Amino acid sequence: MLRGILVLLIFQGIGEYVVYLGNIPIPSSVVGMLLFFLTLLATNITIPLWVEESSDLVIRFLYLFLVPSCVGCLFLIQEDLSIWLYILVSTFVSTLLTLFFGSLIMKFFLVRHDQKIKINR
Amino acid sequence: MTMEMINTIILCALTIIIFSLTHWLSKISISVSFFHILFHPMIMSAFLVYIFLISLEVDYQSYRIANEPFYFFLDTAIVALAIPVYNQLKQFKEIFKPLILTLIFAASLASFSALGLAFAFGLEVNVLTSIAPKSVTTPIALRIAEEIGGDPSMTTGIVVATGLMGIIFGPIVFKILNIQDDRIRGYILGISAHAIGSARAFKINRRCGSFAVLGLGMTGVFTALVLPYLVLLIVN
Repeated sequence: MLRGILVLLIFQGIGEYVVYLGNIPIPSSVVGMLLFFLTLLATNITIPLWVEESSDLVIRFLYLFLVPSCVGCLFLIQEDLSIWLYILVSTFVSTLLTLFFGSLIMKFFLVRHDQKIKINR
Repeated sequence: MTMEMINTIILCALTIIIFSLTHWLSKISISVSFFHILFHPMIMSAFLVYIFLISLEVDYQSYRIANEPFYFFLDTAIVALAIPVYNQLKQFKEIFKPLILTLIFAASLASFSALGLAFAFGLEVNVLTSIAPKSVTTPIALRIAEEIGGDPSMTTGIVVATGLMGIIFGPIVFKILNIQDDRIRGYILGISAHAIGSARAFKINRRCGSFAVLGLGMTGVFTALVLPYLVLLIVN
């Protein structure tokens, strides 16, 4: 379990360092995740159980880690309620558009992909 | 031990105690399916902590500082996300190209349509930068918001709202368009409604859930890689 956490922390640290060195505007944790992902891809291993266990553990507690910023949001809503109507309308319309056109475009791409495979055969 | 130290520990413990309580409550309420989403430990905890802080007259800033350790582990959780994405991608690599093309289209649409609408409503720049990562899984969205000058707390609220809307309207949209392909339902739920969408997708079936996890992971990475540079471009 602790060994697995150590692996995650190492990649988190490398991500932090790469962002610091390269002065890039990408979140350091995403860089760490990408490097971890690429390492897995390059070595092409089946992930050892002890790594999988620790990653499950951290992801399971994700919601606990997010509580403080949720509380922050409630303070923000209390401060200025008026903009939230606009925010919610924008979010609502945007979510509907994404669901609708996202599904259609994926259907299109999948059908095209299947046809190509048939032709190649 | 200084008084400050004691306050820090109390405020940090408050989060853990309330979360354990709500986690237990959500487990026993699992049979009542409609209330289950309202009894989500994160949402319930946030309200309870908020009520506590207001009644004890603690300002958010001191609570935020006391809970700094949790922000650190948020990043660890993001790194851990590489594992489920790797496992799924390996499984579905034969349709890699349609998956990537859909991702680029849908993740961009999710971000820019919200951005465009918010801009049309005349909202301020810090609201625009907070709304842009709205379809991204919360920990990554929060970090993107910080990067592009948004308010992480505002982003958290917007992301949660997006997730709830996604699982309410997703099944309706699939019905209207007559989409029965598990790959599409799962992947689109993951792209538009992140972790909340994946939880819903796993209720449809396992295959659907796997695609949702893939969708949420790839949307997070894609948006994190593209959005900061776009914002830099616009600002310059």
